[in-house]
Amino acid sequence: MSAKILLALDHIEGIASLPVYAQHGGYAVLKKVLSDISPQQVVEEVKISGLRGRGGAGFPTGLKWSFLARPEGVPRYLVCNADESEPGTFKDRYLMERNPHLMIEGMIISSYGLGANTAYIYIRGEYFYIARILEKAIKEAYAAGYLGKNILNSGFDLDLHVHVGAGAYICGEETALLESLEGKRGNPRIKPPFPAVQGLYNCPTVVNNSETLAAVVPILDKGGAAYAAIGIGKSTGTKLISASGHINRPGVYEIELGIPVEEFIYSDEYCGGIRNGKKLKAVVAGGSSVPILPADLILKTAEGAPRLMSYESLAEGGFQTGTMMGSGGFIVMDEDTSIVKNLYTFARFYHHESCGQCSPCREGTGWMERILHKILDGHGSITDIDLLWDIQKNIDGKTICPLGEAAAWPVASAIRHFRSEFEEYVLNPHLIEDVKHYYRLQTT
Amino acid sequence: MHNMNETNMTSQSQLQFSEARMAEIRELLTHYPENQSRSALIPILHMAQSDFGGWLSVPVMDYVASVLNLLPIQVYEVASFYSMFNLKPVGNYLIEVCRTSSCWLCGAEDITAHLENKLGIKVGQTTADGLFTLKAVECLGSCGTAPMMQVGANYYENLTISKVDSILEELKKENKYSRYC
Ligand SMILES: Cc1cc2nc3c(=O)[nH]c(=O)nc-3n(C[C@H](O)[C@H](O)[C@H](O)COP(=O)(O)O)c2cc1C
Ligand code: SF4
Ligand code: FES
Repeated sequence: MSAKILLALDHIEGIASLPVYAQHGGYAVLKKVLSDISPQQVVEEVKISGLRGRGGAGFPTGLKWSFLARPEGVPRYLVCNADESEPGTFKDRYLMERNPHLMIEGMIISSYGLGANTAYIYIRGEYFYIARILEKAIKEAYAAGYLGKNILNSGFDLDLHVHVGAGAYICGEETALLESLEGKRGNPRIKPPFPAVQGLYNCPTVVNNSETLAAVVPILDKGGAAYAAIGIGKSTGTKLISASGHINRPGVYEIELGIPVEEFIYSDEYCGGIRNGKKLKAVVAGGSSVPILPADLILKTAEGAPRLMSYESLAEGGFQTGTMMGSGGFIVMDEDTSIVKNLYTFARFYHHESCGQCSPCREGTGWMERILHKILDGHGSITDIDLLWDIQKNIDGKTICPLGEAAAWPVASAIRHFRSEFEEYVLNPHLIEDVKHYYRLQTT
Repeated sequence: MHNMNETNMTSQSQLQFSEARMAEIRELLTHYPENQSRSALIPILHMAQSDFGGWLSVPVMDYVASVLNLLPIQVYEVASFYSMFNLKPVGNYLIEVCRTSSCWLCGAEDITAHLENKLGIKVGQTTADGLFTLKAVECLGSCGTAPMMQVGANYYENLTISKVDSILEELKKENKYSRYC
């Protein structure tokens, strides 16, 4: 069964406009919160809900909010992370494009809970047209008195602005995002201090993903406990999954956390199975950064239990046999896919996106890209595979921000699970002509 | 000739945002605390790139520095960091084809090869008439509608060869520099 909470209204004509959103109950939760609920209770409900950050790290949102420093006379900020640049991820775009007011309402409620009087939506530059949609919706919200001074006579003030980036995956990392929002290069900061203490303009700041902030509306609507009743264990609520690759029905799906991976891939409600009747070869389950898993390990854990779409089940087995939920970017590969070539597109990506501050990341990502290129060119050797393994190991854990790990894990997991394919490429370079094939366009 | 260069060939003293743009910039500056106007740099660089020929020449960046009262280096270091800022002239239409995993899995290489053929240029080049520049880019958040490309601010998704052909035809007919902001 699909659980529609965030996407409950996405099919409604004109839902992006405030009057239609309001007709379907929009801003009713904000009204209730501002009249009946204290800011502390907002934070408390979010804690009870068990909501975990949907941007990739899965950190409990209520806990993060409780860390926010509250020194007297210092402004606090809420920043929505709409940078969405993790390959395979396109859910925030869908959410903001279809139903911008849901996220905006969530941001107003969250700002009230955090005591922030200014909030920003940092959106990737390529999403210009969505920035326009958001700006229009924000204008409507100001006109209706949901933003600005003394919102709905509550005494609470909030200004909300859209800030457009300019193309840099690293600006999705929260401290790089804050640098960028301050008009600088997107170089991640060394933590601590964490943004909750010293964030935007050195003031206490909460950075949350678009989907996380949207989920605050249903949580305050039905209560944290009702939200926590959805899902499984510590994976509460629903999650937007961006499904792409060799499947019959690519798209954004809202799932109740805990459904079997097998159901997600093969049910007609979701991915609808592998296209052209092919077999499943591998899945990258949570965006480019998480370990790739072969078909058997994504469908079942090493112990043989069905693998579920939950933070815990996807991670079961650690890096030896498991993966991660990440951003929910679910990339499916059929039996003909060249794992080496797919890895090369990732390695090239991370090399392109490294900010260059740390040598292991700056040099290692380029090195890995060049070695993979060499292998795909038919000039690889067995020692190159070992060298790749060494390089990724020397990045992992030795950098300022997690982009280093994000670049290392795909390499490590591809070699761990598909080493024989790498070997085949280097031992039989003449075979590469056959396997070098790229994916043909669907002719239908 | 290359109309892409038109604005940038005007001398620096003529570089000037329109009054409407200046009003937009004044409004933009109200988004940030008074002593934090540097925050407006990236949005203003987008405007400059859009208004002054699709790329950021040194005189354009110096002009932006003067508008925000920044050192030129503070503008250069930002402009050179972000992939959407072009530090060299580009064609009227910047065609950006996504090359990352999901798009590759769905045939992006066929799209790129077709564009190269059709336009008679390689990735990274501009057609002789200055109309098209072809670029390969990283994931644009359109993986479920792969393969895809972006031209100016527009997303073109679920591409096929014939779809690409008709998009090119339309752009040629329109033949005007596409502002994206
Ligand atoms: C390289 C890198 C890229 C990231 N990109 C994004 C992103 O595009 N969107 C996002 O919400 N979080 C991204 N994150 C995670 C953020 O740093 C941060 O954890 C998140 O925005 C917190 O919000 P959440 O707790 O609601 O998930 C990225 C992290 C790293 C290291
Ligand atoms: S790990 Fe890479 S992206 Fe992150 S700060 Fe270091 S060099 Fe920059
Ligand atoms: S991989 Fe091409 S848009 Fe995401």
